[in-house]
Amino acid sequence: MIDNDVRVDWKKYLLVFFITLSLFLTATVLSNSVGRKKFSELEQIQNEIALNILASETQFSLLEETRCEDVTNSILSDELNVLAGKLEEGSASIGGTNADTEYIRNYYFLLEIKDYLLMQKAQERCKLDVTPIVYFYGKSDECPDCEKQSIALTEIRSRGENARVYSFDYDSNISAVKTFIAINKVPRTLPALVINGKVYTGYQSLEDLEKIAPQLIKEVVEEKTTKTIKTVPVKK
Amino acid sequence: MYAQVFFFMTFLENRKQLKYRKKPITLEHYPRVAIVVPCWNEEKTVGRTVESLLALNYPKDKLEIILIDDGSTDNTLAVMKTFEGVQGIKVIHKENGGKHTATNMGIAMTDTPYIGCLDADSFVHPEALTRMMTYFDAHPDTMAVSPSIIISDPKTFMQKLQKIEYDWAIFNKKMLGIVGGIHVTPGPLSIYKREVFEQVGPFRKAHNTEDMEIAFRMQVNKLRIRQCNDAYVYTVGPRNITALFKQRLRWIFGFIQNTIDYRKFLFKPKLGVFSLFTVPMGVISIVAAPLLLYLVLAKATSFVLVKVAQASVIGLSSTTAATFTPARGSFDWFDIPSTPYTYVVAILYILVVTSIFIGRSMEKDDDKISWPIYRIVPFLLVYSFIAPFWIIKAMWRSIIRRQVSWR
Repeated sequence: MIDNDVRVDWKKYLLVFFITLSLFLTATVLSNSVGRKKFSELEQIQNEIALNILASETQFSLLEETRCEDVTNSILSDELNVLAGKLEEGSASIGGTNADTEYIRNYYFLLEIKDYLLMQKAQERCKLDVTPIVYFYGKSDECPDCEKQSIALTEIRSRGENARVYSFDYDSNISAVKTFIAINKVPRTLPALVINGKVYTGYQSLEDLEKIAPQLIKEVVEEKTTKTIKTVPVKK
Repeated sequence: MYAQVFFFMTFLENRKQLKYRKKPITLEHYPRVAIVVPCWNEEKTVGRTVESLLALNYPKDKLEIILIDDGSTDNTLAVMKTFEGVQGIKVIHKENGGKHTATNMGIAMTDTPYIGCLDADSFVHPEALTRMMTYFDAHPDTMAVSPSIIISDPKTFMQKLQKIEYDWAIFNKKMLGIVGGIHVTPGPLSIYKREVFEQVGPFRKAHNTEDMEIAFRMQVNKLRIRQCNDAYVYTVGPRNITALFKQRLRWIFGFIQNTIDYRKFLFKPKLGVFSLFTVPMGVISIVAAPLLLYLVLAKATSFVLVKVAQASVIGLSSTTAATFTPARGSFDWFDIPSTPYTYVVAILYILVVTSIFIGRSMEKDDDKISWPIYRIVPFLLVYSFIAPFWIIKAMWRSIIRRQVSWR
């Protein structure tokens, strides 16, 4: 049997405190480590996108010498949607500072604009069967419908191959995004969509989108599959 | 987390000295012991309780069994009377006055140097008393000894989960016993020296947690309580969630009220672990549990709201498909959570599970089959979810000063 003295063993209290503290530190280190992995994964995806776009631009500049049959949707980077999903998934938990995360988000917007411009060129030149949807969202308190809109667009993007969603934070500080808003004359009534050059404000349900761009929903109906849903990011 | 680390440290320091006696033991000297069994409406279990006392490996001429019927309205008294005439058994009937009055009456009726109190829904292992008495022999400063409590013959889902919880308690209580920090001498058999009642007085109502209050009173009077890990007592756990909720509400409410009553004895180094660790940690756990629940519920609510929004936009079947379709086939860091909170909770659960398994291994009673390992999963899920609710309700009752009933 054990006969420990009830006298206070301060050394033990202190040791237990330091062990507990080290467990908390371990949790923090693990958290940061996973966060950094996510962050570097995002950076890697970004680099892939940048490379893809550069490759596409190069390919596009050669279009004059290329037959349109060789220019398919594949010139557009699929990674853009992967990044969109990850930005959404990890927006609250990506490692690094807020400035780092903001940098990635801004870089993503720029890549989107580049991709959008490239896609338009490709459409003009080769009449690609792709419908671009430009989506402007705001913070949840300012735009309560943005979450629903995001879900609807995610659904469209996930079901149909021919829809390409470009989502932007309306309040982004990136001058290119501001210019993009100005060119399209997008008012501050969010959510806002630009489809085929026309601006639609307020929540657009799947039915509304069917009226606006029947080819999108047609795809939806025809290609009802169980593909992984790639998320359209919404700024929290 | 601090508490669990504290217990592990204590365990590592003392693990080689922990005893698990399998065979019957013989004492050099058998002091006279009275076991008081207060009963109120326990007709279904009291007979088995008395039978288990009669089966104790302790000389019959040294053992008194005092059965007090506290004004039961069922057949408890009739069951008790079937034992009248058996050597050492006294059967007393009194008007209902509460468990503490019945126990005090029993204590007043005996002059034995050791007094045990046993709930009428608990059954003792034949060696329990002898093993507990060795603690008084080995450590003369011991004023009370409490046993390891095991859920008896768990049948319902909730009883099976309680069995795991009680194994966890075996570990925690033993560690508290080692460092002198026990805050409750439980109803399922605690043995006291008579001097305890002479020095600190009889049991009190104490918010219907008289076994906790007497331990508080002993601690502030520096009377040492030890825990005998190989003295097994089996108790009937509440059958369903409602009964369990009521029991825990009473326990937590009692802890809060007793802590308030004894608040001036907190953080007194001269009162040792009880004052510096046991009660403060209990308070921290009570405050932390609702906060943890809030965080879990906030996450769950946010998930449900997103799913509801998805369902409203794209329909229920698509939402379900999206929820259950694996996102990516290969490993992805994005599948792993990265908030520090997640890792802190994970480490805490690892510590809890480890101490549960140590407690399980300490329950070395060959007669009973231990629980299957997989059952720890529903235990953690159910208790993590429901425990904060009885804590919150006990806190609320404390704020509005509304007492909690026994049953």
